[in-house]
Amino acid sequence: MTEFKVPELGENITTGDVLRVLVNVGDTIAKDQPVLELETDKATIEVPSSVAGVVKDIRVKQGDKVNVGAVILTVDENGVGAPRPAAGGTKQPETASAAQTPPDNVAGGPSPAVAGGLQASGASGVDAPRTDQKVVSMPRPGRAESVSSRSADVPRPSAAPVRAERGPSAPAAPGVRRLAREIGVEINEVRGTGPDGRISEDDVKEHARRILSGDGAARGTAGAPAIPLPDFERWGPVERQPMSNIRRTTAQRLSHAWNTIPHVTQFDQADMTATEELRRKYREQVRRAGGDLTVTAMLVKVLAVAVKQFPQFNSSIDPEADQLIFKKYVNIGVAVDTDRGLLVPVVRNADGKNLTQIAVEVQQLAQKARDRKLTLEEMSGGGMTISNLGGIGGTYFSPIVNWPEVAILGVSRGVIQPVWRPASGAFEPRQLLPLSLSYDHRVIDGADAMRFLRWVVEAVEEPFLLSLFG
Amino acid sequence: MAHASTQVAVLGAGPGGYAAAFYAADLGMQVALVDEEKNPGGVCLYRGCIPSKALLHVAKVVDEARHAAAWGVTFSEPKVDLARLRSFKQGVVDKLTSGVGQVGRLRKVTYFQGRGTLTGPRSLRIAGGSGETELAFEHCVLATGSHPTRIPSLSIDSPRMLDSTSALELPDVPASLLVIGGGYIGLELGTVYATLGSKVSVVEMTPGLLPGVDRDLVNVLHKRLEKLFALIMLNTKVVKVAEEKNGIRVTFEGDVTPREQVFERVLVSVGRRPNSLVPGLDSTRVTVDQRGFIQTDRQRRTAEPSIFAIGDVAGEPMLAHKASHEARVAIDAIAGHKVVFEPLAIPAVVFTDPEIAWCGVTETQARESGTEIEVAKFPWGALSRAITVDRPEGLTKLVLDPKTRRVLGVGIAGAGAGELIAEGVLAVEMGATAEDLKLTIHPHPTLSESLMESAEVFFGQSTHVYKPKRK
Repeated sequence: MTEFKVPELGENITTGDVLRVLVNVGDTIAKDQPVLELETDKATIEVPSSVAGVVKDIRVKQGDKVNVGAVILTVDENGVGAPRPAAGGTKQPETASAAQTPPDNVAGGPSPAVAGGLQASGASGVDAPRTDQKVVSMPRPGRAESVSSRSADVPRPSAAPVRAERGPSAPAAPGVRRLAREIGVEINEVRGTGPDGRISEDDVKEHARRILSGDGAARGTAGAPAIPLPDFERWGPVERQPMSNIRRTTAQRLSHAWNTIPHVTQFDQADMTATEELRRKYREQVRRAGGDLTVTAMLVKVLAVAVKQFPQFNSSIDPEADQLIFKKYVNIGVAVDTDRGLLVPVVRNADGKNLTQIAVEVQQLAQKARDRKLTLEEMSGGGMTISNLGGIGGTYFSPIVNWPEVAILGVSRGVIQPVWRPASGAFEPRQLLPLSLSYDHRVIDGADAMRFLRWVVEAVEEPFLLSLFG
Repeated sequence: MAHASTQVAVLGAGPGGYAAAFYAADLGMQVALVDEEKNPGGVCLYRGCIPSKALLHVAKVVDEARHAAAWGVTFSEPKVDLARLRSFKQGVVDKLTSGVGQVGRLRKVTYFQGRGTLTGPRSLRIAGGSGETELAFEHCVLATGSHPTRIPSLSIDSPRMLDSTSALELPDVPASLLVIGGGYIGLELGTVYATLGSKVSVVEMTPGLLPGVDRDLVNVLHKRLEKLFALIMLNTKVVKVAEEKNGIRVTFEGDVTPREQVFERVLVSVGRRPNSLVPGLDSTRVTVDQRGFIQTDRQRRTAEPSIFAIGDVAGEPMLAHKASHEARVAIDAIAGHKVVFEPLAIPAVVFTDPEIAWCGVTETQARESGTEIEVAKFPWGALSRAITVDRPEGLTKLVLDPKTRRVLGVGIAGAGAGELIAEGVLAVEMGATAEDLKLTIHPHPTLSESLMESAEVFFGQSTHVYKPKRK
């Protein structure tokens, strides 16, 4: 009895999802006969057997995630052992039906196997479900390799996706290549639907549409394939409503932010007992100026000073140019909850304004947002955003960074808690403000984020810091 | 000093520069075009492609008239009236340059005749007949072109020494002419002079004419040039030139006897050098590489963000049509479009007789880089149109990707190859396969059928060539 294991699949490929099992228990297989279709994050690979004989046992099934070296099947190399109907009887239908299930190619949806193995199907989500079962057969020795390496014992799959087989450049006409470049599509990632994979204008648009719609299926190594929605009416009546413009924009922007930004959220709390006293003391004075000295307004001021100490929090990332863009102006966005959805007006040049001015402006912007009078201009150009849900409640939450910004401060409801005060040697009731800082980990390191958040906390606790640095 | 400002200033009005200026104007930009000549045109129109093609046309007519004897029609030996010939050539140049100038005026491109000096990343000074102008620009396109390479040891001060510019002036038809350099310029001009009656010899340092071009294509030309030229010396270097009473005494080093020969005139055509010594360039951040080309990114933007460079001065291949394509890329980039220079094929044509033309991946390149290719060749001996014009020596070949059968490159040697190659360029750019070429009906009887039939050769199904399929 010989075991056949998952061979080396190529550079940096250590695991794959079983897309189909191509043989059944009892089958007589030949050397080099494909026995398995494996979907790796680089390509779909047909794995040929390195042994010949009668399949005695199959250790994997469709949807399994297997590692290099895992046993796929065992083979009796001594020829014609009779199939074992009993054992085969239970196994066969399973594998057979799996093998016969046609992948849902027409709709472009994933095959059942893919849906079952989502996390590993990232890149191949582009290819595998839509390749009409065209797979890279292995081994495919490179030109430079000697004849001896053709041996199936050392299969060498092509490490690149199926497309790369075409040669140096994607088969697309100059006009199509120009279109792709202008709308920011990497032509080599587009799947051509024409003969020999030729890429048409429509293919490029379709690719772009899928990237934009955020289902990520077309996003090369980044996304997961789109999964069709279930039929909800099976469980009861439903009503479909068109998305409002704001809702649709929010959905698109947040999907984009979530898909592109590696988010981290850190939490801290600020003792704002003293500041709260100051706030109450001067509130009336600010009100006479036409503003409301809210926690949000104060935090706008705090952030405006903070990002000058920590400029990376007022930056954007340009991955295409490998550059960070540092903004020499300080604009702070304020998320406003309206009956139509989330809007984020921006307080411009917040660093050059005093707290009263900011309080007035935040008040005005929020009112405009609710009155549907905000202009696009007033909602653009933010450097960092505050989202204050404290008015509603909550302890902490993890806000999503408002791309192309790189950080957002979430504020939850202040609570009075006993705090050990070494000075008095006793627990004292203190008003604590929970703060959540989400940031783009590509730009900001964890330690810097913690330093930033500590700075914010200290500035809330000691507003004097604002005058010291502001 | 006058002051002016413009959105786009283009320095140099060759086929790169004027294409850039005109396209920018078409996109609605305010454009200034600066050149020392009276009209746009550059080397190509004044001292290159255009006058040489006018002369080559005459050479071809003379040559065909001579060959007509073999077809039963005999003309008397041609009498060459050099003055008339020069004025025909000059007429061609004048017509084209004034035409281009006219099209520029219609587009409201401001033409400054004068010498431009950069005075910083946003301005240049133009010194011309009408005084000095300080021109402020938002963007500048450097399209200053190239000049014939001079070799110090061969640069003796003698009217007998020619470069491509003076050779095109056609001072006379010397009894003997030595062409130094077996590249396309030397062979084209050598062809003109040989046909007009000079005894032309060519000396080339490397083992073959047209270095870098696929040998099977060059061989087609070589056979014919052996008859046209008095002597083709390969693997041979010129080590010394000295003027004597009757001509230039040239000393060779290589497989040639006698080592010293005297020629009435000597044409030095050993390549071209970029004109990157743009006055005032050091007032910008523009950088120049070791070979003298201005360095640019794929949009043809230099290290100075407001300045672009296109054409000969921006890199190989130094060809007019490459320059005009780059011109559009640069202007599109200035207009904010996200484009880069990314052709799959830049055609090259040697306008000798027969012509040689190629595009995309050449067989030589592929073999050197280890790219897996398959080559399909169709000899013109089996091409009816070639037989009817008594030019059966041609060859058409496809360089194909063996897996996808995509056309990666095309090479053609034969009469009219320069016109035929355009189909090859389109095939490469469109990602056409051998099958596409095979299934496209080509008119009969034409030389273009050779492209279709070479694709058929690939499948072992050529109508006019019997070649059993290998696989």
